[in-house]
Amino acid sequence: MSVWRQLVGQEPAVAVLSAAAAGEGMTHSWLFTGPPGSGRTVAARAFAAALQCESRTGCGECAHCRTVMAGTHADVRFVEPEGLSISVAEMRSLVQTAARRPSTGRWQIVIVADADRLTEGASNALLKAVEEPPARTVFLLCAPSDHPEDVMVTIRSRCRVVTLRTPPADAIARVLIERDGIDEERARWAASVCGGHVGRARRLATDEAARSRRAEVLRIPVSLRRPDDVFAFADLLITAAEADAVAESARRDEAEEAELRIAMGGDGTGRGTAGAKRAAEAAVNQLRKRQKSRATRTQRDSIDLALVDLANFYRDVLVYPTGATLTHPDHEDQIRSAAERWSPESTLRRLEAVLECREALQLNVKPRIAVEAMVTALARG
Amino acid sequence: MSAGTSHPPAVHVVLGDEELLVERAVRDTLAAARRVDPAVDLTRLKAADLTAPYLLEMISSTLFSEGRVVVLEAAQSVSEEIGKAILDYAKAPSDGVVLVVLHSNSGGTKAGKALPAALRKAGAQITECAKITKPAEREAFVKAEIRRAGGKIDAAAVTALIDAVGSDLRELAMAASQLVADTGGTVTEEAVRRYHRGKAEVNGFAVAEKVVSGDRAAALESLRWALQIGVPHVLIADAIADAVRTIARVSAAGRGNPYSMAGELGMPPWKIRRAQSQARGWSREALAESMAIVARLNADVKGAAADPEYALERAALEIAAARSNR
Repeated sequence: MSVWRQLVGQEPAVAVLSAAAAGEGMTHSWLFTGPPGSGRTVAARAFAAALQCESRTGCGECAHCRTVMAGTHADVRFVEPEGLSISVAEMRSLVQTAARRPSTGRWQIVIVADADRLTEGASNALLKAVEEPPARTVFLLCAPSDHPEDVMVTIRSRCRVVTLRTPPADAIARVLIERDGIDEERARWAASVCGGHVGRARRLATDEAARSRRAEVLRIPVSLRRPDDVFAFADLLITAAEADAVAESARRDEAEEAELRIAMGGDGTGRGTAGAKRAAEAAVNQLRKRQKSRATRTQRDSIDLALVDLANFYRDVLVYPTGATLTHPDHEDQIRSAAERWSPESTLRRLEAVLECREALQLNVKPRIAVEAMVTALARG
Repeated sequence: MSAGTSHPPAVHVVLGDEELLVERAVRDTLAAARRVDPAVDLTRLKAADLTAPYLLEMISSTLFSEGRVVVLEAAQSVSEEIGKAILDYAKAPSDGVVLVVLHSNSGGTKAGKALPAALRKAGAQITECAKITKPAEREAFVKAEIRRAGGKIDAAAVTALIDAVGSDLRELAMAASQLVADTGGTVTEEAVRRYHRGKAEVNGFAVAEKVVSGDRAAALESLRWALQIGVPHVLIADAIADAVRTIARVSAAGRGNPYSMAGELGMPPWKIRRAQSQARGWSREALAESMAIVARLNADVKGAAADPEYALERAALEIAAARSNR
C-alpha cells in the first residue's frame, strides 16, 4: 500500500511530491502549508518515506518506507513540540545532527511538525542551516500558512511551498469507512461536521465524549438567555478544558517522572548516591517545567477546539441566507432560526468576539477572563 | 515591657518574632540589669550551636559575682539537654545573672515547644512580641509609640501616618518619635502630612476597588501610587479583572443572601456582600463593556501593548466612563 494513500484528498500535492521523490524538481527545503487537519505532517512524513524508499516511489512495502512511517528510521528526525514553543537550544542541537551524512538512507531528513511554534531565536538558528544546507540533508517544515506570522520570511523564501487544500467531505468519509471501519452513516456525518479536519472527523466518529462536548458547545449560542447563563457557559468551556489538561497530566506525568528517576538513579540508597539524587532532582525539575507547558497547551488546544466550533456556527448563521455549504449541517434548524432572529451585524459581532478570544488566548490572557468576556459579548450581540 | 523594677527577674522569656519588639525587650532587660549593676555585660548565644556545659558555664555565678545578661536566641530549636538545663536554672537562678530566652513561638524541636509553658510555671517573666498583623493592632502600636515618646495623637493622624509610612514597625516607631520631636508633642493629621506624603503600600486590590467604585480621580491616584512603588502590572490587571467579573457574576445571580449564594458562586460571603453593594452603580451594559475592557487589558499587560502603564490607565478611565454612561 503506497504511503500516499494516507493523504486524504490531496491529489495535486501528491503529484508534485512524488515527482520530486523520483528526482524531478527536488530541493533541500520544503514548507507544507494548509488548514488544520489537512494532513501537513502526514504529507511530510509520506514524502520523507518516498525519498528514502528503495524504488523512489513510496511503495509502503520496503524497510525504509515502513520505518519512516513508524517513526523509527535512523535518518529521519521528527520534531513535534508538546509544549508551547520550540526553543533555540532544541533547534541548535537539531541543526547539528542534521549536518551528518545519512547512515542508511539516501537523505538525512528533518521534519519540523509545527514550524509556527519556532521562537524567533530558534527560527534564526534554523535559517543558517536552511541557507547553506549540507549536500544530503532535507528540511521539511509544516505550518498552517506561509504568512510571516507563522514562518519567518527569510525561511519562507528558501523553501519550496507545497499547499494542501481542505479535503472534500466525500474523501474524508471514504477514508473513515475504508481505513477505520466506521459505518457509513456515522462516517458521512463526521465528515460533514469536521470542517475538513481528518483527525477531528475520526475523533467525532469514534469518541462519544467528543460528540457530546461538541453538542454542548453548539448549544451555547441559542441558549444564552438569562444573565446568569454567561458564567455558567464560560465555566462549562473552561472546566472542560481544565479537565482535559488534568486527564492528560494524570495519564503521563507521574509515569514520566518515575521513569526519569530510575534512569538517573535517583531512587538509590546507601553510600555515594547523593550526587545521583541531586542530578535526578534537577532533571525532574526540568521535566516538570516541560509538563507544565504541555498542560497549558492541552488546555488551550481544548478551548480552541470549542471556539472553532462556535466560530463556525456563527459563520453558518451569517452565510445561511446565501445557501452556502454549512459547517454544522446537523444543526441546520438552530442556524436557520438564529439567522432569522439576529441581524447580520450582530452575528458578525459575535463571530468577531469568538475570534478575538482565540487571539487573546494566544497572547497568554487568562482563559477565564478571555472566555467570560467572549460569552458576555455573545449574549449581548 | 515595664522593666522598671529594680531587680529584673532571673529568667525572662520573649515570645514571638516581631523583631523590633524583641530587641526592645532585650534592651529593657539589659537596662534594668545595668541599673542594679552598671558593669553588666551582654552575651548572645545561638541555641542551635550550643552545648549544655557551655550554657551552664555562662549562667553560673562567677567568682566575683559580676552581673551578666545572657541572651539565648532561637530557643525554639533547643535540644532536650539544653532545655532541661534552662529549666533547672529557672528553678535555681544564680545571683546577678539574667537569662533572656528568645522564642519564636512556632516551629522548633519538641523540647523547644514545651519550653515557654514550663518556664512560665517556674516563675519566669513572659513578654509577648507576636507579629502585628491586624490594622487595629498597628494603630494601637502607633498610639503607644507616640505616648512613649511623650506626645499625643488623634485617630486621623494615626491613619495618615500608617498610610504614608507603611506597616514596618521599625519605620513606624522611628517616624513616631521623630514626629513627636518635630511637633513638640501634639501630632495632628496636618503635622503628619507636612512631613510624610504619599502612600507606602498600595496593592492591586486597593486599585481595583477604586476603579470599580467609579471614582475616577481616586482610581488614577491609587493606580499611579501602585505603579510608583512597583506593583507588577499583571497583578493590578488581574485584580481589576477579578473585581469587574465578581460584580458581573454577583449581579447576574440576582439579589440574595450572601451566605446561601456563597456555595453556588464559589466565593466567600464577604466578597459577595461587597460586590452586591458595588453592583448598585452598574448597569448590565456597562458591565459587559468592562468585561471586554479587562480582557483586552490582560493581553496588554502581557506584552500586547507597547506601554503597559498606559494600558492600565486607559483601562481605568474606560471602565469609569463605561460605569457613568448608564
